[in-house]
Amino acid sequence: MRVLAAMSGGVDSAVAAARAVDAGHDVVGVHLALSETPDALRSGSRGCCSREDADDARRAADVLDIPFYVWDFAAPFSAGVVDDFVAAYAAGRTPNPCVRCNERIKFAALLDKALALGFDAVCTGHYARLSNGVLRRAVDDGKDQSYVLAVLTPFQLAHALFPIGDTPKAQVRAEAAERGLRVADKPDSHDICFIPSGDTRAFLAERLGARPGPIVDAVSGEVIGDHAGVHGFTVGQRKGIGVDRPAADGRPRYVLGIEPVSATVTVGPAEALDVREIDTETPVWGCGTAPDGPVSCVVQVRAHGGLAPATAWPTARDGLHVELGEPLRGVAPGQSAAFYRPDPGGDVVLGSAVISAAR
Amino acid sequence: MRRRARRGTPQSPRDPPADGPRETAITLDVLTTDRDGQDLVSSVTDATGTGSTGSHGAVAYLDHAATTPMIPEAVAAVAEAMGTTGNASALHSSGRRARRRVEEARETIAGAVGARPSEVVFTTGGTESDNLAVKGLYWARHDADARRTRVLVSAVEHHAVIDSADWLAEHEGADVELLPVDAEGRVRPEVLRAALERDPDSAAMVSVMWANNEVGTVNPIRELASVAHEFGVPFHTDAVQAVGILPVDFAACGADALTLTGHKLGGPYGAGVLLLGRSVSLTPLLHGGGQERDVRSGTLDTPSVIGLATAVELAVADAPRRAATIGALRDELVERVRAAVPDAVLNGDPGTDTIDGGPSRLPGNAHLSFPGCEGDSLIMLLDAQGIECATGSACTAGVPQPSHVLLAMGADEATARGSLRLSLGHTSTARDVDALAAAIGPVVERARRAGQNAAAHRRPAAAQQPGREATPRAVAR
Repeated sequence: MRVLAAMSGGVDSAVAAARAVDAGHDVVGVHLALSETPDALRSGSRGCCSREDADDARRAADVLDIPFYVWDFAAPFSAGVVDDFVAAYAAGRTPNPCVRCNERIKFAALLDKALALGFDAVCTGHYARLSNGVLRRAVDDGKDQSYVLAVLTPFQLAHALFPIGDTPKAQVRAEAAERGLRVADKPDSHDICFIPSGDTRAFLAERLGARPGPIVDAVSGEVIGDHAGVHGFTVGQRKGIGVDRPAADGRPRYVLGIEPVSATVTVGPAEALDVREIDTETPVWGCGTAPDGPVSCVVQVRAHGGLAPATAWPTARDGLHVELGEPLRGVAPGQSAAFYRPDPGGDVVLGSAVISAAR
Repeated sequence: MRRRARRGTPQSPRDPPADGPRETAITLDVLTTDRDGQDLVSSVTDATGTGSTGSHGAVAYLDHAATTPMIPEAVAAVAEAMGTTGNASALHSSGRRARRRVEEARETIAGAVGARPSEVVFTTGGTESDNLAVKGLYWARHDADARRTRVLVSAVEHHAVIDSADWLAEHEGADVELLPVDAEGRVRPEVLRAALERDPDSAAMVSVMWANNEVGTVNPIRELASVAHEFGVPFHTDAVQAVGILPVDFAACGADALTLTGHKLGGPYGAGVLLLGRSVSLTPLLHGGGQERDVRSGTLDTPSVIGLATAVELAVADAPRRAATIGALRDELVERVRAAVPDAVLNGDPGTDTIDGGPSRLPGNAHLSFPGCEGDSLIMLLDAQGIECATGSACTAGVPQPSHVLLAMGADEATARGSLRLSLGHTSTARDVDALAAAIGPVVERARRAGQNAAAHRRPAAAQQPGREATPRAVAR
């Protein structure tokens, strides 16, 4: 098979590419330049878009003795991921940029280009298992990334390779060291790759400006403060709400809801975050065609944690109505809901959709 | 003919045993194919690893404008000199020996390019020479008269010139004016005249390249230099692509400063020259021992200087023959690419005119746009077949950016991204052209499909793709 290995410059994608080579594939490494103005050096644990990261990827490709290129994907990344990220916050939602990147960049823009150029598959260092078109959670539960891959269609999965999903991260690092890959002890990347400062609020404020509005107490209905813009909030958030006055009962307040038109942020007690029903839109079924009846599943509502047994009902408007078997807290519109098969393993991905509302 | 005390290494079959300093006239026919050209090609490719005999198996090296294989004579000269000791600035005999060879090299280069030896300032290459010329001339002129803040450089200059000018704007208060070019990428003398006339007193310096590294268009340097001089403004030209293939004569062209570099003409990397007129005042960039005319400090790299002189001398002497041979190969390449891809567009000057006694386009340059293709796809597909070429000028991060040269010539961004620079040089053969001609049609077809997909990649997020066996319900059961 001819395989295009997406190489971020990190240890995971380097080992993934190495395993693709070992498997006998004809592998070419590509680093995606996603920033229009890349920094020369990586900063802290954030980002994969600096020139240093591109150089790390290049050196890994050298060790594997595979051809290596840097492709400029800044424009599609900006349009498909960054703009979406900003627009979602402006609309009072909490986006999943990694989901969008997989959906629109790695397994769309990049995959399409790869296929047209004669490749059979795109290989990445994601922690997930994939065989016979079935996507499963990674062996390393702490690193599992099936949530951000659940958005992939059968076609996309048919042309994807995730060679390290069956291996714990520690072992991936050890293998990298054994293979002589310089990135073996490179720190994990966290946070949002296109916000190297890590200051999401400042990043959004720069793009959205001030859009002040009231902060309303859900229990009393009182306006208890104001804010500079709904983009500073996410449902379930407790810290940094910016209300000085303690609640009447002295308990912490959480963000319960965000209404972008009036720029109203509603806050209240933790139990008010409990959700039993979720509406979702734009479902994708990676393991098959769209269902015409209810689907029993386990739903996951954020990248880490947030699991509950559920039944998903197709709606007339091509969405899904999800009834949870037990309440979940902090269900933020804009996040993905990933659906897993409700068997004891619970690791087979059925599909995913975008959360539009939760009650 | 200039001398080199010794040349050759025991590995070089053409050299008689060298048992001590002696005079050796360089015979230029070693570079011609009628005697032992085949042997030359293989030894060159062995030396560089870029050719068909190299272990990495390039079928066709079509990137001579990026760097061209060192000629064996230069390799031998550098290797031999590396085994000797002597700081050319030292006062004892080793120092004097080194200095003598540096000065011989200086005379050789001066003789080859119509300069005086005192006008040869050794540098580490094109980038340093360009920086020294642009910043050094600006500083000197601005110091003499603070009204002189305008830096006039062509819009198609190499980044070593443009970015130097931009740096002056950001840090020294310069006003940078990019001289527009015509659709072929040429600076017309009347454009320069108009820019200078607007306010002659504020013009600090002018820089226009001799021949463009991307599209190969040759500028009328004599005329441009003379326009600059009408206004008393110093004129620099980056001639790294020109020396060794076009007739370059420093005195005759009238430029005040001229950049040349070794690795574009068969010499070593990291060795170059700024030719600087005797009467031109320039502020140094590097401070220290003042080794080079007090405008450039740093211990001279004697082996590189010697290798550079060897290459310059041989390249310049062979330039008329090379230009004819390479130009004919280039014409064939363009014709055959167009036959395979009828809508391919040749960018730049057609190359049929004469400028300053040479062709109006670099003989080795073919710069073609392939509508609907992305340059990085073309590069990868050709590279996979052992055909090595470029999209434009290489960038630091290895990211192909739309070429500022094509944009300045009026091309749209898609065209600027969908172009290839195929550059021939002294080791190019008809086989290189054959390999490209055989590959280009299918490669362009495939890259075009990738280009179409790139345009269509924003398909709806939830678009369902047909054809997977199990339904979720079946799976969920």
